[in-house]
Amino acid sequence: MKTFSIGGVHPCDSKISAGAAIENFPIPEVAYISMSQHLGAPAEPVVAAGDKVKTGQLIAKANGFISAPVHSSVSGTVKSIEMVKDLAGNLCKAVIIDVEGDEWMEGIDRSEDIVREIKLDQKEIIARIAECGIVGLGGATFPTNVKLSPPPGKKAEFLIINGAECEPYLTSDYRVMIEMPEQVLIGAAIMMKALGVTKGFVGIEENKPEAIRVLSGYSEKYPDIQIVPLKKKYPQGGEKQLIDAVVGRQVPSMGLPIDTGAVVQNVGTALAVYEAVQKNKPLFEGILTVTGECCPQQRNFKHRVGTPISKIIEAVGGVPEEAVKVISGGPMMGKAMCNIDAPTLKGSSSVLFLTEKQTKRKEEGNCIRCAKCVSVCPMGLEPYLLNKLGRAGRMDDLEANRVYDCIECGCCSFTCPAYIPLLDMIRLAKGQVMRIMRSRPKN
Amino acid sequence: MSTTIIFTVVSLSLLGLVLAVVLYLVAQKFKVEEDPRIDEIEPLMPGANCGGCGQAGCRAFAEACVKAPNLDNLFCPVGGNPVMKLVAEKLGIQIAEKAPMVAVVRCSGTCENRPKTNIYDGVASCAVMNSLYTGDTGCKYGCLGQGDCTKVCSFGAIHINPQTGLPEVDENKCTACGACVKACPRMIIELRNKGIKSRRVYVSCVNKDKGGVAKKACAAACIGCMKCAKVCPFEAITVKDNLSYIDYNKCRLCRKCVEACPTGAILAVNFPPKPAKPAEPQPAAGTPAAETQSVKTQVVEAPVVETPTAQTPAVEAPVAETPAAGTESVNNQENQRAI
Repeated sequence: MKTFSIGGVHPCDSKISAGAAIENFPIPEVAYISMSQHLGAPAEPVVAAGDKVKTGQLIAKANGFISAPVHSSVSGTVKSIEMVKDLAGNLCKAVIIDVEGDEWMEGIDRSEDIVREIKLDQKEIIARIAECGIVGLGGATFPTNVKLSPPPGKKAEFLIINGAECEPYLTSDYRVMIEMPEQVLIGAAIMMKALGVTKGFVGIEENKPEAIRVLSGYSEKYPDIQIVPLKKKYPQGGEKQLIDAVVGRQVPSMGLPIDTGAVVQNVGTALAVYEAVQKNKPLFEGILTVTGECCPQQRNFKHRVGTPISKIIEAVGGVPEEAVKVISGGPMMGKAMCNIDAPTLKGSSSVLFLTEKQTKRKEEGNCIRCAKCVSVCPMGLEPYLLNKLGRAGRMDDLEANRVYDCIECGCCSFTCPAYIPLLDMIRLAKGQVMRIMRSRPKN
Repeated sequence: MSTTIIFTVVSLSLLGLVLAVVLYLVAQKFKVEEDPRIDEIEPLMPGANCGGCGQAGCRAFAEACVKAPNLDNLFCPVGGNPVMKLVAEKLGIQIAEKAPMVAVVRCSGTCENRPKTNIYDGVASCAVMNSLYTGDTGCKYGCLGQGDCTKVCSFGAIHINPQTGLPEVDENKCTACGACVKACPRMIIELRNKGIKSRRVYVSCVNKDKGGVAKKACAAACIGCMKCAKVCPFEAITVKDNLSYIDYNKCRLCRKCVEACPTGAILAVNFPPKPAKPAEPQPAAGTPAAETQSVKTQVVEAPVVETPTAQTPAVEAPVAETPAAGTESVNNQENQRAI
């Protein structure tokens, strides 16, 4: 069975919410729709306080090349446009809507029928994806239309759909694959048409046999798309690792995935693309896993973007008593929330409750030069060295040791027997080095 | 036997002689011309190699002094004026005395003023904490309290007060090298004019949020109300991005702004107590207990402040007579520090 060639760790996968079918989360009374739901410039609101909006209506336009429009996830009246605190406590602009009923925009196909025929051509598909505000739902929320338009001189050879979901606990992609398999494959076919490629892959880790079985069942209908079972290993869902695992090509240092001829899209993105192109539905819903051993209920919700996370937590009976951290995303790369009143975003994938035992940092010891961090680094870096150089502020040496290649997967911190916070220090150093590199004049 | 010994001695001596000549010639050929004054100036330096002057170390600074046409842009913050005077004498240049500077922590976000909204249990480093999120309080500009400034100080002049969670500068030890200024990821620490008898007036806040947001996060935040700028007779105060800033070159220490500030964000340190004016009644809001306490402390502190030989008092003296009710907490905090 295939997997990526260097590094990787094996955290317990803890997919305890895998059995919970996707349920529709009730529409909130007030929706806080953030303007910064994607990588790049925040969207520019096109509505004003007092305006009536319908579900799916454009409320903010893209502001620049790397940006995405935002659509209303609810129908009602715009209460105000205010600064709202996000998960990390930063203020970001949000359109606040008082919900009245649920009236959708005309033109959105709400039926359950699966539309198989792709009528739009290459340009129209990319334009539709851009209009519908589709962003990568694997975590980075990079605008999908930009990713589907390779820069001049680069040619895509194949599309890889990322169904690895290597982060422990998360099950949203898994549920999408087994509940809406054909939609995902049609979404993949649409993106393949947009890229002008004829070969597609869906990489799925072996701990999701049901997803592999269900998707393989459609292999006759979609012969161009090959289902690739992968060995379970974190961080297989990383773009560069997945390309390595599926097609055996390695993205060069400082390079982009397109340099290997691959374009990687998440399962959730494929579904969003299907809905946008075939059903004319903008991206305003997402699948979110609510889980954790201390959480009495394990749920997978389809939520409207802008629902306060506190409402979702209330629905599972509030923050469990033993929980000390509420994480957005998985336990490896997710972020602890400092504000649970923050609204959900397009890219929200999970609300994870962790207990003190699970999150408590152990006291930092001395590096014993065991080189475990070196052996697990999927990018072939030397984390112990980067940590040392970072603490000494040796920026030129950090650059020479490719700190900029770090994908912040956390394997080094996970494996360190001395509990050295390697990732924290490397991430900090990486930020400083990248700032220096960006400030250099380009020639 | 004897010929072997003689042969060895003679051949080695000859070899030594030839090599000595070669070394001499090479040394003459590749001789590095160095200004002899560098060696004279270097011993005058404090030898801390802290980099506060902007050079790589004390020798590099001595080299820069010798090369530069004048010493206007060169100053050793550790040695201060006495060292620079000696350097100028050696070089035969006249220099103007520079006002001594001191590091000032511009945050009053104590536990009472700025309640914690979450618990941070990550790496004990302000830089890491700052890169992760806005911090464990509502204020995204204020001190994070992990002590990066204390770790970089070569002089042990800054430490975190466990009661307030904020760094405090020991004015006697601070050399204004600026290491803490660079280490602070939130740019809270500023080098300010030490002032006559170490008396200073400054805005102890860097919050650029709008008044309501800032006030909600911290009781002692600058809310950008412009009151200080209006009362300042010397046009020393500017308010930009909802944040007031006092230009220490223009400030004449009249302390009108301290009284005008509704939140107590402006601090006046090391001032003796104002003589009580019976004509000016105190507002009822000021708690008598706090007032007496502060007066008491000042009695203890005052002689230290007033002694001309003692450059700076070890502890910052409390704010003198701040009648506004809002400054009460600052008063208490200052008292805590003094005690």
